Amino acid sequence: MNSVVVNGVARSLAGVPPHTNALDFLRAGGLTGAKEGCAEGECGACSVLVARPAPDGSDTTEWTAVNACLAPAAALGGQEVVTAEGLGTPDALHPVQRELAVRGGSQCGYCTPGFVCSMAAEYYRAGRADDAGTPGGHRGANGFDLHAIGGNLCRCTGYRPIRDAAYALDQPAAGDALAARRTAPPPAAAAAELRDHEAAYLRPGTLAEALALLDEPGAVVVAGSTDWGVEVNLRGRRATTMVAVDRLPELRGFDLTATELRIGAALTLTEIERRLAGRVPLLAALMPQFASRLIRNSATLGGNLGTGSPIGDSAPVLLALEASLVLVSAAGERTVPLAGYFTGYRASVRRPDELIREVVVPLPASPLTAFHKIAKRPFDDISSVAAGFAIDVADGVVRRARIGLGGVAATPIRALATEAALEGRPWTADTVDEAAAAMAGEGTPISDQRSSADYRVAMLGQALRKLYVEAVPA
Amino acid sequence: MTTTESAPTTTPLSRRPDDAVVGAALHHEAAALHVTGQALYTDDLVGRLPAVLHAHPVQAQVAHARIARLDVSPAHDVPGVVRVLTAADVPGVNDAGVKHDEPLFPDEIMYHGHAVCWVLGETLEAARRGAAAVVVEYDELPAVVTVEEAIAAESFQGARPTLRRGDAANALADAEHVLTGTTAFAGQEHFYLETHCSLAQVDESGQVFVQASTQHPTETQEIVAHVLGVPSHAVTVQCLRMGGGFGGKEMQPHGLAAVAALGATLTGRPVRVRLTRAQDMSMTGKRHGFHATWRVGFDRDGLLAGLEATLTSDGGWSLDLSEPVLSRALCHIDNAYWIPALTVHGRIARTNKTSQTAFRGFGGPQGMLVIEDILGRCAPLLGLDPAELRRRNLYREGQTTPYGQPVRHAERLAAVWDQVSASAGLIARRAEIDRWNAAHPRAKRGIAITPVKFGISFNFTTFNQAGALVHVYKDGSVLINHGGTEMGQGLHTKMLQVAATALGVPLARVRLAPTRTDKVPNTSATAASAGADLNGGAIKDACEQILGRLAPVRASLRDGGAPDASWEELVAAAYHQRVQLWAAGFYKTEGLSWDAATMTGSPFKYFAYGAAVAEVEVDGFTGASTTRRVDIVHDVGDSLSPLVDVGQIEGGFVQGAGWLTLEDLRWDESTGPGRGRLTTNAASTYKIPSLSEMPEVFNVTLLERAHEDGVVYGSKAVGEPPLMLAFSVREALRDACAAFGPPGRPVELASPATPEAVYWALSAAREAS
Repeated sequence: MNSVVVNGVARSLAGVPPHTNALDFLRAGGLTGAKEGCAEGECGACSVLVARPAPDGSDTTEWTAVNACLAPAAALGGQEVVTAEGLGTPDALHPVQRELAVRGGSQCGYCTPGFVCSMAAEYYRAGRADDAGTPGGHRGANGFDLHAIGGNLCRCTGYRPIRDAAYALDQPAAGDALAARRTAPPPAAAAAELRDHEAAYLRPGTLAEALALLDEPGAVVVAGSTDWGVEVNLRGRRATTMVAVDRLPELRGFDLTATELRIGAALTLTEIERRLAGRVPLLAALMPQFASRLIRNSATLGGNLGTGSPIGDSAPVLLALEASLVLVSAAGERTVPLAGYFTGYRASVRRPDELIREVVVPLPASPLTAFHKIAKRPFDDISSVAAGFAIDVADGVVRRARIGLGGVAATPIRALATEAALEGRPWTADTVDEAAAAMAGEGTPISDQRSSADYRVAMLGQALRKLYVEAVPA
Repeated sequence: MTTTESAPTTTPLSRRPDDAVVGAALHHEAAALHVTGQALYTDDLVGRLPAVLHAHPVQAQVAHARIARLDVSPAHDVPGVVRVLTAADVPGVNDAGVKHDEPLFPDEIMYHGHAVCWVLGETLEAARRGAAAVVVEYDELPAVVTVEEAIAAESFQGARPTLRRGDAANALADAEHVLTGTTAFAGQEHFYLETHCSLAQVDESGQVFVQASTQHPTETQEIVAHVLGVPSHAVTVQCLRMGGGFGGKEMQPHGLAAVAALGATLTGRPVRVRLTRAQDMSMTGKRHGFHATWRVGFDRDGLLAGLEATLTSDGGWSLDLSEPVLSRALCHIDNAYWIPALTVHGRIARTNKTSQTAFRGFGGPQGMLVIEDILGRCAPLLGLDPAELRRRNLYREGQTTPYGQPVRHAERLAAVWDQVSASAGLIARRAEIDRWNAAHPRAKRGIAITPVKFGISFNFTTFNQAGALVHVYKDGSVLINHGGTEMGQGLHTKMLQVAATALGVPLARVRLAPTRTDKVPNTSATAASAGADLNGGAIKDACEQILGRLAPVRASLRDGGAPDASWEELVAAAYHQRVQLWAAGFYKTEGLSWDAATMTGSPFKYFAYGAAVAEVEVDGFTGASTTRRVDIVHDVGDSLSPLVDVGQIEGGFVQGAGWLTLEDLRWDESTGPGRGRLTTNAASTYKIPSLSEMPEVFNVTLLERAHEDGVVYGSKAVGEPPLMLAFSVREALRDACAAFGPPGRPVELASPATPEAVYWALSAAREAS
């Protein structure tokens, strides 16, 4: 499967160095519409459409926008890609292209092909019709969710004409080939490999094969490549073996019962969001604030926890939910509470021969939940402080409090002193004030380019007060 | 004029015919190419040339040092490395600027990230690995990183101008209220989505052809020529378009183009220099941050009586455009206000940072931020509503600027102010917000109105000239070329409209060819908002020359019984009568004067005016804010292209709001090994406005009946002035912060007013209660 169908034409991946990203591959082939703006998935100028399994789990296809700068070209093996060039031509514009063009949605035009692809993905989203008719917040009367283009930056327009173009789109017309493509199954996730004299990108077909490959020295596990792609592009990291696990069925399970939620480590955040459909409010609160739609379309929970970053946004929430991780190796499986998983800066108890297979969340969660993200921008940003809360108040008394924090220590942490200051106490402003003082002492915040240590401490001290005022028990 | 046959068909520059194509609300001329990915930028051309070499810099990881040893030989052991370019390779002048203080290949490292040498490789990966193999040893020197350090060390560079009117000291001595303060604020990264890129090739005769993302092709050509040691006629620079410029591609492309050209001449192969985002951010200049100290006096009615101030800009390691940026800052410290007496000193700090440069507004925003900060801070101390304080101090007809230029159309300041106050419902919403705030202890809303007056023309009179080339082909189709570059601002769209209007032909008959120095020479930078004024004047001139020659042809056709000859028939007849159907046009702005020594004169053709009302809501727990609504009334004269102009206003406003509230350049100011490093050198750490920062309600209105005499078709420039409308957001944030505390107290707000800065400001207000 070392070829990819781009705009309906098969292109060979043979001879492409394994660390080449999809953007450079497309551009080298003459498709220069997609651009490099940042090479770290923050600007969306490289956005292209990929035919992916529909996130709701049905055996249909969704045109999914991804950052081509982060995805390895090799990951496209056997897949179908559409770029801005493939959507329309100057003489026959696609509806998305037409609306952007006539409304002044392009000025310098450099970010535009990326906006076009992100908008087209939302244009073709199967559930958009169901969302139509109730404009408000970030949603148009046509059901268009603006978050779909929240990962695309424009430096020229100020966005207003882009928003207007998005909200002016109709549903796809009858006979639209890309709309028709959605009803058929997505391309299979075939086993694949791409090698040169230095490196190999391997997509094993089974979990057992994947686990065997982890023994190779220098092997790196990749799923959505939203972190690894940044390492490759910006820091020049190279691996002798990249092991792609994102399409392994064993890592893509999803099961929600009254007592438990099990999320496959290789499900994308978008898939998780769609399948949960708001049924776990704390996770629903997390999702829109987790990077951008472009990133969520590729990023996985396994990846977010696997990198062990102290500022990954999922960890504070999953700590509050008292999640556990199922780690799997050739020797078998073990379950590790997330609270005992992180051991230091980007370090964890996971052995090199282990994969995160799934995340297990006990249910029902405490009814009073919130996710606070402190950042310069509310969306598409990295937090300076993140806090997940799950609190159970009964008869006016705090029965249980679980608080996860990111950005205030070398690892994500539980706010244990704060939890202790809450539990068994009446749920009152006085209790909250005392607990807030305890929370201001959690972790060891530092000053960096995102914020000062003083501000981080202040935000820790404010978070519980804000929760108390704003949160409404479910 | 290229011919003596011109008939008197020249019309006043500003007169607009009834059937004008200018004034139509057209979308960008390249929009269909943009949206389909067909529009080509410099780096998109790489795959269209054979055997292109890729360049990668070796960047110093110290802020200030002498290079003790440079050993490039290990790079030659890296497969795919073709050549390493060093100072020894330069046949001409080893300098990337016009001030001769920017060595292209330095022997003294002046800032963290400074390029020591460049490696050429068969692939970018080979060049990158080659660059990593180069060995550089340094003798480190003390580094000056902050403006405050520079002031303490008296590390300055360039001119130290003073703007003076009347006796400020005396005025302050007599003033009812005298207040002092310091206003320091950050610079801004351009963050054009397209990073710097140049692609150079050499033909069989040694002619160098450089395609570059440059706002100033002529200067790129000149720098390439002097680095190569060849005359300008041996170098051609072309710019298809830029993926954003904002001033960042006015001077900064030259050295990069020179590296590409040098590589191409030495290897005979095309060479591409494209910076990654991190390289672009760590190597190229930004908007100047400023530090200002001031003493201001008001009379009992709150009218400005006098101002003394010292403005110190953070120039970075070399001068580049720091002197004219400082001049414009001084010339805009009045913004829209009559200041009867003032003394303002300006100076440029030399720091070990990137060489700060042009950025939309070019010092104007910095000067204006000082006076807006003064008024915003002083209003409570004077017992006045800030809107009332600002309104009282607006220029009136007959008054002059501190440098002595009459403020033409000063009444338009009051007009835009009153119109936007009314359309925004300012008075009613002020009361509504006060009620809302009283009911909401943990969040506060704020509202503010601020004006803009911005001088149009290059401060330096010489630059106010432009050329154009207009070809009419035998079939009646028209090809135009002008000296301006397209960076998204819609200049080409407007120029097509100007040509169609001037010739009286449909827009579809006119095509525009890319900007290149062998078509129109000796151009000025596309900058100072003046692109349409200057190049439009030149195109109109060329068109009118042709029309002048066509007039006798038209007469001959009429006399021959064909009074209704079409444009095509007219052109065909002219060809047969051996009439020249093409012309070179030229334009220079009349009536300008400037004495840089005394900082006096009339450097601007006119002023652009605008006013904005912004409303924000601030979360008292975090300092995070949202911009709920923005209303703007802006004066673009009689618009050449309304959709383009509204786009410039909206985009400029959001970019200005980014500078003032979000974009947070941080350098490592510690004494550790990273000293001087730009720590916000990536999209992940430097945040520009995204969709979520767009005002939720955004109403932009162009001032009507705003004809401007002496400017092409009665229009006004629009590129820069709207950026400064964003002061309204900053002042609204100040207003919201104040609402957390007792009334009547001044609020000091850091710039940028990030959530953290807003949090500290509202916390201070709270503690005052």
